[in-house]
Amino acid sequence: MSAEVGQFALILALLLSAVQTVAPLYGAHRGDGVLMAVGRQAAILQGVFVSVAFACLIHGYVTCDFSMALVAQHSHTTQPLAYRIAASWGSHEGSMLLWVLILAIYGAGVAGFGGTLRETLQARVLGVQGVLGLAFLSFLIFTSNPFLRLSPAPVEGTELNPLLQDPGLVLHPPLLYLGYVGFSVAFCFAVAALLEGRVDAAWARWIRPWVLAAWAPLTAGITLGSGWAYYELGWGGWWFWDPVENASLMPWLLGTALLHSALVLERRGALASWTILLAILTFSLSLVGTFLVRSGILTSVHAFAVDPQRGVYILGILAATTGVSLALYAWRAPALRAGALFQPVSREGGVTLNNLFLTALTATVFLGTFSPVFIEMLNGDKISVGPPYYNRTFAPLAVPLMMLVVFGPMLNWKRDEAKRVLQRVRIPAILAGVALILAVALGGLDHLLAAGGIALGAWLLFGSLAVLVRRWWAGRAYLVRSILTTPRAVVGLVIAHAGLGMLVIGVTGTTAWDSEKVLNMRPGQTIEFAGRSLTMIALETVRGPNYEARQARFSVEDRFGPYRFRSERRFYPSAQSQTTEAAIRVGFTGNFYVSIGEESPGGIVVRMWSHPLIVWIWIGGFAMSIGGLVSLSDRRLRVGAAVRAPLPAAPQPLPAE
Amino acid sequence: MRRLTAGLTLAFVLAAGPALAVKPDEQLADPAQEARALTLGKELRCVVCQNQSIDDSDAALARDLRLILRERIAAGDTDEQAIDFIVARYGSFVQLRPPLRADTVALWFGPLAVLILGGVGAALYIRSRRPAAATGLTAEEEAEVAEVLNSDRAR
Amino acid sequence: MKRLLFLAPVAVFGVLLVVFFLGLGRDPRSLPSVFIGKTLPEFAAPAVRPGDVGLSRADLNGGDPVLLNVFASWCGPCRVEHPVFMRLRAEGVPIHGLDWKEDAEAGYRWLQENGDPYIRVGSDPAGRVGIELGVAGVPETFVIDKQGRVRYRHVGAVTPDVWERKLRPMMEDLRREP
Repeated sequence: MSAEVGQFALILALLLSAVQTVAPLYGAHRGDGVLMAVGRQAAILQGVFVSVAFACLIHGYVTCDFSMALVAQHSHTTQPLAYRIAASWGSHEGSMLLWVLILAIYGAGVAGFGGTLRETLQARVLGVQGVLGLAFLSFLIFTSNPFLRLSPAPVEGTELNPLLQDPGLVLHPPLLYLGYVGFSVAFCFAVAALLEGRVDAAWARWIRPWVLAAWAPLTAGITLGSGWAYYELGWGGWWFWDPVENASLMPWLLGTALLHSALVLERRGALASWTILLAILTFSLSLVGTFLVRSGILTSVHAFAVDPQRGVYILGILAATTGVSLALYAWRAPALRAGALFQPVSREGGVTLNNLFLTALTATVFLGTFSPVFIEMLNGDKISVGPPYYNRTFAPLAVPLMMLVVFGPMLNWKRDEAKRVLQRVRIPAILAGVALILAVALGGLDHLLAAGGIALGAWLLFGSLAVLVRRWWAGRAYLVRSILTTPRAVVGLVIAHAGLGMLVIGVTGTTAWDSEKVLNMRPGQTIEFAGRSLTMIALETVRGPNYEARQARFSVEDRFGPYRFRSERRFYPSAQSQTTEAAIRVGFTGNFYVSIGEESPGGIVVRMWSHPLIVWIWIGGFAMSIGGLVSLSDRRLRVGAAVRAPLPAAPQPLPAE
Repeated sequence: MRRLTAGLTLAFVLAAGPALAVKPDEQLADPAQEARALTLGKELRCVVCQNQSIDDSDAALARDLRLILRERIAAGDTDEQAIDFIVARYGSFVQLRPPLRADTVALWFGPLAVLILGGVGAALYIRSRRPAAATGLTAEEEAEVAEVLNSDRAR
Repeated sequence: MKRLLFLAPVAVFGVLLVVFFLGLGRDPRSLPSVFIGKTLPEFAAPAVRPGDVGLSRADLNGGDPVLLNVFASWCGPCRVEHPVFMRLRAEGVPIHGLDWKEDAEAGYRWLQENGDPYIRVGSDPAGRVGIELGVAGVPETFVIDKQGRVRYRHVGAVTPDVWERKLRPMMEDLRREP
């Protein structure tokens, strides 16, 4: 039953999306309040029906209804319940349904929370959103129907790819999609502004929370994905510059630029047409990523079902959304007014630099990802672009950007003086210098570059905290009050920028000081490695719920004391595939990573890595995401309260210039 | 039939299996040479795998290439010669660092071009929006203005 | 001038769209041989059949277009294409073989059991000849013209479909070449 209900709900949602497209756009054009209200209702109902469809799919997975083709293809009765549920989005069809679900929920959100938004603007946003719903729901229903039945129903299903049977699958795709699809709201606002022919501070104030609401989960999703690859793929890498990863990094980079430029538009009324362009491009890159991942245009180490036919359809969506909106941009944007004055040394000047670098970084990733396609088309030659390319192009752009990050929040809006700004960052600069000296003393002159990385991390960390310290120091007469009244947007900024510093420290530590060793080991053998002594206690075969594994157990002595851990190589008989489960000891100063390989008469191959400071990569990534959420919870940004709230009424404890 | 072909090709490609690369018996005795081999191995793409370097791949061919790489290094090849040896047989597809050629200029210098063009654009934008002062006060005039402003504030 | 600037995004996007669309037709996994249009490098592989002469580059410019099939008894898809080669041999299409990464005995036994479609068969137990030829796996089939130049390499099994649609027309064209 549930498959039919789900199918029916999807069709209703498709019809509603058509209503959501036509009614509010026409209503806004005519100034007809009833039609605009119909648009709001359609958006909310669409959210309800897609939720019903999604619940039906989950129901099918939970009850192991193998008469549903999708369930039979990605689920098995021995598969643990959590992975049966997560398998709902482990397939192409299911993940597209999740995509549509998030789109519909965001749409319902705009309809439900948009009460104080200018009515015609809200109607146009919903209308554009309806077009996206129409496109993706018909893509789902006509090319990737998740509710197809099998007759006769098989007694047992085919297990989900064991690489995907991981807690990572439960959270990683939903977080990424919250991000990708979340940027659609900014896109809709941008197109609506072009249709309206006006963009103002209120508009910017409205899109900022939506951008944050997409950016924070995307950041968390990418971080989680990196951690997942680290422990699952079994060779200890945390970022591979793989096309699928790049597909998520590009919208993140441009979304970060958007986050900052929207701030300038809100506070200073400048960068209007640039912000609109960024909003269009950010979501377009999410679509390009979807295209890249599902069309099979490039190969990837990450598991995904690809199909060029679907690629054509997604390309069609891309043409219809990005193509039309960019054409609209070419036509309407030159007429947009944004007249604020602009000083180079000012907060808005800083954000402009930030946007410049982030755009160049996005271009790097884009060129690296797609030039194999371009060049093959040009002269038929096949080339590869791998980590060595990005190390040489991405890092030289990222480092100056990160050096600039600290200056941003130290700058005043409108105008500032370079000398005074330098004055403000002198303490973080001194602390970063101390970090540099310490790192050189500990790591030696050979690792000067690494010491520079650590210093950069310290600069970001202390420079961000200095924003708070300065604020509180200025209000020290009423310390408790000035701490309590610190706007959450400021706290969020500090956490996010400090997170970037932690990330830099993690990347530097593991890139500069990692070490590895490969050898054959037998039970009872002990080996010294990177300040640790590792003994293999046992090597045996164990059984899990749906797999068999060769398991090596180790005991380890390091300077923090002894511990035990185990590493496995699993074989999943019903999926006929193998996975590596590495043994990982996580620590703030460094991880110890051990994985096992093939057996021979000489023992079993054991590979071990020491990854100094690597955990800070993920702590930093999550801190950035949390910073985004804290900022989102700021009263000034809270949807609905925004329009009437006056501009920064927050006390200005800093001494005036 | 076409599907079968596609299926077979896929089976052929996926035979690679999970990754766990350089084996103990492959390593060179000389640690300096082994270190060079490891660095070079990370720059060479495994032809039969999805998107991995030969150092990260378990595929048989990746192993052969690792061994050949070490052979060339042990025989006294420079890094460049060793890479060229493999490129001559498998094409520039195996280079994870694409060579700088006429057709890769955009790839290598595109990011810099974006930065410079964007920088010029941003500079022009800021210039066009600078307050009138930007059109040129002399140093004395600036000082005068500052004085007036200061006295104004002091009052 | 300013309007042109605003037109740039949509223009660039249009180009991208075309590239993406054309790119869909390409197979990111297919890898053309570096020897297309060139002769293969010198190589000499010892015999698979006891007492035979083996295979060397000299065998590949005999004045007639030939196929060079890289195979192994342990390779699944090779079993699928083998009957096709047996049929081609009966039809008079010249085929040479290179037995990749196994002992000559294993390859010989396999040929005895399944039939031997090859004119010359070389043995490449360590896969070194394969690397000289840029072989990435088995099966692979090179199409070689009258001058001994590689014109095409097929990766994967030569099914009847592949033969009829791709290789046969190519061989016929090559035969007509001077």
